[in-house]
Amino acid sequence: MWLYGLGSQLSPRDGAVAKNLAFGGGRAQQAEIRLASVLARFKFRDSAFRFLTLACAWAVLLLLGGVIVSLIMGALPSIRAFGASFYTSEAWNPVTGKFGALAPVYGTIVTSAIAMTIAVPSAFGIAIFLTELCPFWLRKPIGIAIELLAGIPSIIYGIWGLFVFAPFLQQHIQPQLIAFFANVPILSSLFAGPPYGIGVLTAGIILSIMVLPIVTSISRDVFETVPAVLKEAAFGVGCTTWEVVRSIIVPYTSGGLLGGVMLGLGRALGETMAVTFVIGNAHKIASSILAPGTTISATIANEFTEAVGGLYTSALIQLGLILFVVTFIVLAISRYMLMRLRVKGGL
Amino acid sequence: MKLYARRRRQSKFFLGLSYVAVAIGLGWLALILGTLFFNGFQGLSGAVFTQMTPPPGSGGGGLANAITGSLIMTALGIAIGTPVGLLAGTYMAEYGRYTKLTVLIRLINDILLSAPSIVIGLFIYQVMVVKMGHFSAIAGAMALAVIVLPVVVRATEDMLLLVPDSLREAASALGLARSIMIGKVAYRAARAGIITGVLLAIARISGETAPLLFTALNNQFFTTDLNQPMASLPTVIFQFAMSPYKEWQQLAWTGALLITLAVLALSITARALHNQGATK
Repeated sequence: MWLYGLGSQLSPRDGAVAKNLAFGGGRAQQAEIRLASVLARFKFRDSAFRFLTLACAWAVLLLLGGVIVSLIMGALPSIRAFGASFYTSEAWNPVTGKFGALAPVYGTIVTSAIAMTIAVPSAFGIAIFLTELCPFWLRKPIGIAIELLAGIPSIIYGIWGLFVFAPFLQQHIQPQLIAFFANVPILSSLFAGPPYGIGVLTAGIILSIMVLPIVTSISRDVFETVPAVLKEAAFGVGCTTWEVVRSIIVPYTSGGLLGGVMLGLGRALGETMAVTFVIGNAHKIASSILAPGTTISATIANEFTEAVGGLYTSALIQLGLILFVVTFIVLAISRYMLMRLRVKGGL
Repeated sequence: MKLYARRRRQSKFFLGLSYVAVAIGLGWLALILGTLFFNGFQGLSGAVFTQMTPPPGSGGGGLANAITGSLIMTALGIAIGTPVGLLAGTYMAEYGRYTKLTVLIRLINDILLSAPSIVIGLFIYQVMVVKMGHFSAIAGAMALAVIVLPVVVRATEDMLLLVPDSLREAASALGLARSIMIGKVAYRAARAGIITGVLLAIARISGETAPLLFTALNNQFFTTDLNQPMASLPTVIFQFAMSPYKEWQQLAWTGALLITLAVLALSITARALHNQGATK
């Protein structure tokens, strides 16, 4: 009778097999043969399905391999033409065919550094608020609101940055920064020049808003893995809330926090559209962070469709390759740290 | 007592900073959504949905071709990416749960999940646009599918791992073939979670711009031909916002509003579905 349980999986013929099994009869042997054919069909279906899922699993690995191979192939003419000088040259001249990655790499590093400097402390603060200070009924709405920031597409940040945030910075913040730091020795060159509005600093701030929810959500998750008994013991010997955070929670979760920061850094390094809108796309390294610059991703987004001539396209693809390798390493470190935490937390 | 007062002050100071951080975070959200709604609703009209993108400098026009293009490429991207992701996730949770291959795929998949989307665009450009010799909607859809894949893999694996093994064992004890058990029992138990994952994948790709820039390119005209370049909302927003024309910039704001509303609606649906699944 058990075969009836299969319902629609079986044809009426199979139902007959079951009946024969149940009621015996002279055709038992025939039924046995039919049963064997059903089981054989099951077996075939099973191995076919298993093979199909395995093939798709391999597709994920092949995808990564494909990305790396195709980028290397595309970058080959540029690698051959410039060699190591690609990494040390600031030149970016499509007319003479001279390309160097220094300006975009510099811009990527500086914008990401600004973004992380702003985002990481804020994210930790929000995570501490959400896990230690916030009343329970408020935790969910605030958590959702911060996650909404992560859900907003990057192009929205871009258009908002270009039309709202950059003009605001230009009119109200940057002139004062320039005036304030004018006589401070090192900082004066960092905040020099006319207030363009768009530029490296603007891109960095926009990036920090985009990175904030990522670091917040990971930090909150890892803060919640701290055993309550550890915190209670600290409170019991008279620690203040801040001392519990600093001496118990942060040391206990440091690996996970680093993983979250690296994940945010991966996003900041590779983010394209928001940066492209507000960075100004200038291929030069300026000492001032108020000046326009460019990043790897912004360069590719701005110039790829206009790039004529094999070497120009190839140089842009090599930039993409550099970006991919760097983010790959950063993200791998992040995953390693978070995986270790999972093992430690027994999750 | 002095020491105690100092420690209390220190604690209050740092915890006060965390309140400030929350206020700033929520402030950004309110500012961005506020200006977006304010500017976007100004340009919202029926013409946005019925008329084509206008030539530079002329008034009127809409985003009909961009909206259609976005819908087509998003649907295709999901249609290509979801089955592959679903099956790969199935392997990881059902067949190879404890194999080294699964550990490796999980790591690679997590990296692909956060990989810069512009690199995906370069990859599809290399393998499709260069081979075909021209930009096309199908290349754009493939780029989106590559972004969908890791999201679905992750959701499928996570959700299948939540299905209690006793359900699987009960099905197998009835003599069900493993593939039928997966289809009839495991998928059904994990359905809400997997659909949530797919919804989040749609939300993710409906705002993606970078991978479309040099795969689907853009198109000033209405087309449903997958072999042609095709307009999409994000690329049109990019082009129009960077232009000096006021009418184009207004359309860009309106397009941005449409995308944001779509993404928010998808996220809320996904969240509601997820909560429903959790209470069950």
